[in-house]
Amino acid sequence: MLACSANAAEPQKPAPLKSGVEFTSEDVRKLQADDFANPGMLWVARGAKLWGEPAGSSGKSCAACHGDAAKSMRGVATRYPRVDPGAAKLVNLEGRINLCRERNQQAEPLKLESDELLALTAYVAYPSRGLPVAVAVDPQNRKNFERGRDLYFRRSGQMNMACTHCHDRNWGRQLLGDTISQGHGNGYPTYRLEWQTTGSLQRRIRACFFGLRAEMPPYGAQDLLDLELYLGWRASGLPIETPGVRR
Amino acid sequence: MVARVQIPQQAKRGEVIEVRIAIQHPMETGFRFDLLGRAIPKNVINNLSVRYNGAEVFRAELGSGIAANPYVQFCTVAEASGEFVFEWMDDAGQRGAERASITISG
Repeated sequence: MLACSANAAEPQKPAPLKSGVEFTSEDVRKLQADDFANPGMLWVARGAKLWGEPAGSSGKSCAACHGDAAKSMRGVATRYPRVDPGAAKLVNLEGRINLCRERNQQAEPLKLESDELLALTAYVAYPSRGLPVAVAVDPQNRKNFERGRDLYFRRSGQMNMACTHCHDRNWGRQLLGDTISQGHGNGYPTYRLEWQTTGSLQRRIRACFFGLRAEMPPYGAQDLLDLELYLGWRASGLPIETPGVRR
Repeated sequence: MVARVQIPQQAKRGEVIEVRIAIQHPMETGFRFDLLGRAIPKNVINNLSVRYNGAEVFRAELGSGIAANPYVQFCTVAEASGEFVFEWMDDAGQRGAERASITISG
């Protein structure tokens, strides 16, 4: 434990940074690279439709304010999660979309992990494809960052392991049939073959908690958001791959 | 139901062209149970057909062995300018359709 605490004080990014797709098989890599066969693109296509549909009592669509997402949303996904100045809280891209719905469309927020929200998130993140993740620690998000970092290094569950034990110390090695990745979120929302659907980074983190036989935080929990922020900082420099494909 | 289809926009007469279809669908096998233990009824796309200027060029009967969000690819010969019509139906009776047009030169 002492060693872990020492690590926690000066977190290290894995070197060299490797995207999760590099730990998958050639089939999966090809599937992700093929813009038609990539099943995640179905969510991007759905998001494109939702982008143009009016929502809420304002009767405005996303496009009414933001225009062409290919231009207006380019680079946006690289900066999330971040502290929203209006709401004064940490939000991820899904949360930011829901804030926009509430504030500007006067619409109900979309349910977390719903197909609609995943589709819109994938569509908003898609124009950032290839741009490096750029999540910085600043005075606004420092508290969240430190909480996320501490969670990352804290042992939990019956397995009594922390994120760092797999994703810092043992990446590239085998865990049963799978190769342990560095645990980056640069492809999310991602189509996971295991899920047979597209899911958020929070869903993937919850799956890790399940694997640890730890209690899974509910979607939208502060713990998950803080972890997402730490992971964002840790993945900074890796290109966005949304929609990614993973095993 | 969201679907994407892809054919070349232009082709030469007699050329072999690739036709690709991806449909967003859970392809529920009927073997799964929900969190309360109730069986989730089988719901798969059971029929997919493609017509090229009215003539059927492809038909597939899909079953529960096909993964979610089925992706189908086949080749056909480009004969005349016109339209490809993709139609499918699932066990719940929901129908979907997509269209794509092609221009033939030579």
